[in-house]
Amino acid sequence: METEQTVLGRFGAYLQITPLVLILLTFLIAPMVVILLYSLFKFGPFATQIGVFVIDNYVRSLSFDSATWPALADTIRTTAITWAITLVLGFVLTYYLVFDIIQLRIKILLFLLAVVPFWTSGVVRMIAWLPFLGKEGLINGSLIGLGITDEPLQFLLFSDFAVILSYVHVLTLFMVAPLFNVMARIDLRLIEAAKDQGAKGWQILLYIIIPLSRPGIAIGTIFIVALTASDFVAVRLLSGGTSGTLATSVFNQYAQSRYPLSAASGIILLIILLLFVGGIMRLVDIRKQL
Amino acid sequence: MSALEAPIKFASEGHSRGYYIRTVIFFAFLVFLYGPIIVIGILSFQGEQGSLMFPIRGASLIWFQDVFNPVYAGDFRAPFVRSIVLALIVMVITTLVSFLAGLAFRRGFKGSSLVFYLVIVSLIAPPFLISFGLGIGFTSIGLTSQWWSGGLGAHLTWTLPFGVLIMFAIFSRLDHSIEEAAQDQGATRWQRLRYVIIPIVAPGILAVALFGFTLSYDEFSRSSLVTGTGNTLPVEMVTVRGTAARPSLYAVGTMTTIFSLLIITGTFLSLYILDKRRGLLTGGRVMESENYPKKQGASAPAAE
Repeated sequence: METEQTVLGRFGAYLQITPLVLILLTFLIAPMVVILLYSLFKFGPFATQIGVFVIDNYVRSLSFDSATWPALADTIRTTAITWAITLVLGFVLTYYLVFDIIQLRIKILLFLLAVVPFWTSGVVRMIAWLPFLGKEGLINGSLIGLGITDEPLQFLLFSDFAVILSYVHVLTLFMVAPLFNVMARIDLRLIEAAKDQGAKGWQILLYIIIPLSRPGIAIGTIFIVALTASDFVAVRLLSGGTSGTLATSVFNQYAQSRYPLSAASGIILLIILLLFVGGIMRLVDIRKQL
Repeated sequence: MSALEAPIKFASEGHSRGYYIRTVIFFAFLVFLYGPIIVIGILSFQGEQGSLMFPIRGASLIWFQDVFNPVYAGDFRAPFVRSIVLALIVMVITTLVSFLAGLAFRRGFKGSSLVFYLVIVSLIAPPFLISFGLGIGFTSIGLTSQWWSGGLGAHLTWTLPFGVLIMFAIFSRLDHSIEEAAQDQGATRWQRLRYVIIPIVAPGILAVALFGFTLSYDEFSRSSLVTGTGNTLPVEMVTVRGTAARPSLYAVGTMTTIFSLLIITGTFLSLYILDKRRGLLTGGRVMESENYPKKQGASAPAAE
């Protein structure tokens, strides 16, 4: 009886997972296979030669003087800066919510206030920076009004500054949420015990809170890195397309109908991301953290 | 000895300097978070001379009328309807598929790790590649992707990971003994699902529905190349930003944000009512999680 049910249960589980697998195979894996194929098609002299397989696009992308390397460096720089800011900021915000706010109602209210924009439009929130950053924008207006500068700062709009600002704006809550999940589970008695033993504030932070927050940091890092490194929207809206990240060059090559080159750069970006996330998942068992 | 003399009062100790600094940072962050959207809200009410930048020129409602005026480039009416219809379809599919996947993960099956990794890949795959691959894929089999075909699929690759991970988290907190108790009392498989599991995970299902709807409604990157002849609202907004940018762009941004906030408020209100009713029916919490009582998938925005 019991075994019969288990057999039925196993079979049922396969039925239940089928829709998910079918959807992801059709709309995720199949497109990736298409991209992989395109990255191997010969490009030129006039158009993409579908069905003619060559390795040239990769050779070209990975050659010594290829534009891939500066683009990759730019991606790593932008991602690292965004990651560092969202990590520190996210950590302070979460620490405040978890340890400084004592009343549960206020804790929940402030947490919700900090994360509600997650469910609103990212495009709108990027566009919303336009009135701040322009030549006649609020920031320049205030700086001139206060007499800090005489001329409007040019770097505010259409620059890396604008792009990173909008990443921090849109993505910090991807760090706050997983951090909150692990930090709120830290047993307060651990901290009390450490205090009894004479631990100072920074020692509690360094030896208890940060180590126990590592899984949250890992999950937040996956989100921030994946979303920043592959973004091409903020770049388009706020940097005027001047930014030179790898994701932008994938987009630009596509826009110039150089599909195989775009696909090859895209596959390189995908592989880098998969390796990075795979590495983090080896360090932290995400399934246990859910 | 010293512990007795000085009783531990971790939570109610006097506020340190760090506390005040963190308070300032937190509220400054809230201003940073909400400031820009409030500012474009204000700029939407400009007069006829208004532009995308400051200073504010006059006051009127003409930019809201402009949103619905078909004469100008950037008529947002059709994209708005499309986005809502698509978001509803994505919501239903995401909720159903995630719930079923949650049940499957709970039972366990061969290859569950592989499916889990597939879900993670769906979350981190570069959005542009998905759009690009889908677009070319449709073309190569002689079709043109539309918002309701390729667009729908692209949205699902973004909403399903959140749905599945939330369901995964909810089910992993669900005590097996509750189900076993129902089984001992003679409940069939279907009865256990209908009267035991679904009521307990109902808040989680509602949360998945919220994610499904809002993430689809706001999605741009993955669907940007595959909406075909009919743009969704975010795609239309980015297009308009690139060509004929008028303050109506801010007006539509303001309206869509208010719409999202209404959806979010409605969901949380339902969650609250659900929680109250459950409390009355069961006389206690069925699903107590670790140290803090209110922790449920619903209050956690990202899939931790």
